Amino acid sequence: MHNILELKNLQKHYATQKAVDDVSFSIKQGSIFGLLGPNGAGKTTLLRMITGIFYPDSGDLLFDGKPFDPQNDFVHIGYMPEERGLYKKMKIGEQAMYLAQLKGLSKSESLEKIKYWFKKFEMESWWNKKVEDLSKGMSQKLQFVTTVLHEPKLIILDEPFSGLDPLNANLIKDEIYGLAQRGSTIIFSTHRMEQVEEICDHIILMNLGKKILDGTVTDVKQQFKENKFNVQFKGQPTALVSPIFTIEHQEKQQLIVKINEGYTSNHVLNYLLQQDVLIERFNEILPSLNDIFIHLVEGSKATTRAFQNN
Amino acid sequence: MNKIFLVASREFKTRVQKKTFLLSTIGLPILIFGFYALMIYFQVKTTDNFKVAVSDQSKLFNEKIDDKKSTEVIFSFIDADTASLNKKLNNQEYDAYLFIPNGYNLQSGEPQIAFKSSKALGLMTREKIENRISNALEEKKLLALNISKGQLDSARLENNAINFTTNDGKKDNETKVGISYAVGMIAGFLIYIILFVYGTMVMRGVMEEKVSRIAEVIVSSVKPFELMLGKIFGIGAVGLIQFIIWIVLVFGLQFLIPVLFPDVAAQMQSAPIQPGAMGAATAVKESGALQGIMAGLAEINFTLIIGCFVFYFLGGYFMYAALFAAVGSAVNEDPQDAQSLLLPIMMPIIFAMVIMTKAVNDPNSTLAIFGSLFPLTSPIVMMARVAHGVPDGVTVVQLIASMALLVLGFLGTTWVAAKIYRTGILMYGKKVTWKEMWKWAFKNN
Repeated sequence: MHNILELKNLQKHYATQKAVDDVSFSIKQGSIFGLLGPNGAGKTTLLRMITGIFYPDSGDLLFDGKPFDPQNDFVHIGYMPEERGLYKKMKIGEQAMYLAQLKGLSKSESLEKIKYWFKKFEMESWWNKKVEDLSKGMSQKLQFVTTVLHEPKLIILDEPFSGLDPLNANLIKDEIYGLAQRGSTIIFSTHRMEQVEEICDHIILMNLGKKILDGTVTDVKQQFKENKFNVQFKGQPTALVSPIFTIEHQEKQQLIVKINEGYTSNHVLNYLLQQDVLIERFNEILPSLNDIFIHLVEGSKATTRAFQNN
Repeated sequence: MNKIFLVASREFKTRVQKKTFLLSTIGLPILIFGFYALMIYFQVKTTDNFKVAVSDQSKLFNEKIDDKKSTEVIFSFIDADTASLNKKLNNQEYDAYLFIPNGYNLQSGEPQIAFKSSKALGLMTREKIENRISNALEEKKLLALNISKGQLDSARLENNAINFTTNDGKKDNETKVGISYAVGMIAGFLIYIILFVYGTMVMRGVMEEKVSRIAEVIVSSVKPFELMLGKIFGIGAVGLIQFIIWIVLVFGLQFLIPVLFPDVAAQMQSAPIQPGAMGAATAVKESGALQGIMAGLAEINFTLIIGCFVFYFLGGYFMYAALFAAVGSAVNEDPQDAQSLLLPIMMPIIFAMVIMTKAVNDPNSTLAIFGSLFPLTSPIVMMARVAHGVPDGVTVVQLIASMALLVLGFLGTTWVAAKIYRTGILMYGKKVTWKEMWKWAFKNN
């Protein structure tokens, strides 16, 4: 698979600070890509550059192998920003038609696509309703439809699940998988780490305008693992002391051990078997993305910067 | 271009389909017309069959006041003294009586003629009765002095009036100046209203996009500049349509007046052809004035005025609409912020209005010339000067210069506004100051 998007040393300055500071990464076609970072990390600015709303101060942006040309490439991009809304007084059908036509679809194409998606999301009866009559979740569904209906190669979703009930969130989640399978690439920006772990193939983490982490979800977890294992056993615990590991936490029939430098999990198992411990479960504890996120961001001046930004 | 059209047609459609649009476009003129119709109706109707008994003790009138065959006020001659007249008034046989005492002297007007009515008279009725009686008296007086109507007419000033002309040999009559004044005033005032009404409409449209958070969605498919232009064009089209409908309605409804009020129409037609009697003198005078107005209107170059009106209407609207859009983009949820940001835009418009009221009086003063050239005031001020005609009110060179400057002004404000708009429309939460807007406009970012 080739790269749909390549960023090379992208920079964007505002009057007081560097919003995006020398960021490079690439996204493979068909992947679901997570863009993470605390408030004010520069995610929105980065996304606005990728969608052509802002121009970078310096650096290169390649879309589908060619230099990014917002004037023509916008038809291949679907962007659902975090600050999103709809024209309140407009009818839903007309609104969808308008947004579809702005994306370069003809009238008949728009109508056909909208009907397809409305049917899929069971929204057909909404056509003549006004947006102001919709609930937040309903208008979010409509926004998702208008983002993807022109079948963009690159779909950018900023906090797509905020305000959705679990049922509708799952509906959208399934659609995201489906779109990726059909070849669309999805950039997914959020604070909700559990969603990222569940959905994304590849993530980058931004803080203070810089990229501080880049890799697949499993790689990142491996990178930040602390060699901790969870041991569940039967019977009475005996005093376990060994140079192989240190016990971090002990409960009735459960141990959390940290393997010391130079040893592997097999050494631990070997030792436990020798001590005649009846093992019920033995598994590695990998850090959650949430832990990694907090670990990396905490201590930086991210919070103060977030406030300056607003 | 296609996208500007898409945006413009959305702006146009959503506004035209609103009920308030129909109400204000069609309802308002009908309401105003209805109001006028009502006023005319009452003017025509109030004095129907007002019966006046005339007791002419000194035999001044020969059993009739004048030749008017009116149903409004009916004079009937009876021979009665004041006591029996009062009794008749109380019995409601008559609405009023006129008592001309015995030995009435035309020249001195003594002893006084008495007029008594059962209740207070309406203004119109009173005027009509007064006119007819005093006209009749005037005629009698003149006849007593041996002056005929023909002699009087030839003595009137209208027939040997002074001939005012301007240097280029054109007639410069009073009515024409008066009409130019009125036309200039109306045209200037209309543009003033247009700038405000449609300018704020643009501003509110931009604010709506910002408040409803759709701006970012849209600008990912449309360049902010295209979005702004589309909005301005769309609302401009709404304004143009609204004006065309208003003008058509106003002219259309005017033709309804004779249908609804045949009395008024008949009066208008019969007025100029009343022969003989002195009472007709005023009618002739009135119709003369009417003809003067008609002649004055004919002398005004309406093609020029309408052409200029459309040009300055569009030019002024486009220039100010861009500025209003810029303000709208800088405002957050709080509409009160808009007030303070709007002030610098409203100042030149109000200033232009002040210059305009001076310029209709003196179209060639320095202030008027400056105001009609400076693009921020020219749409309003120039209309006042153009109404006086070319080259009386404004020279061809000045007119062309003013138009060129307006186009430049439009390009300038749009360029500045677009830069403010581009930044402002995606800026949330912060109250924007003029200093910041200045930075957005003139710093490269």
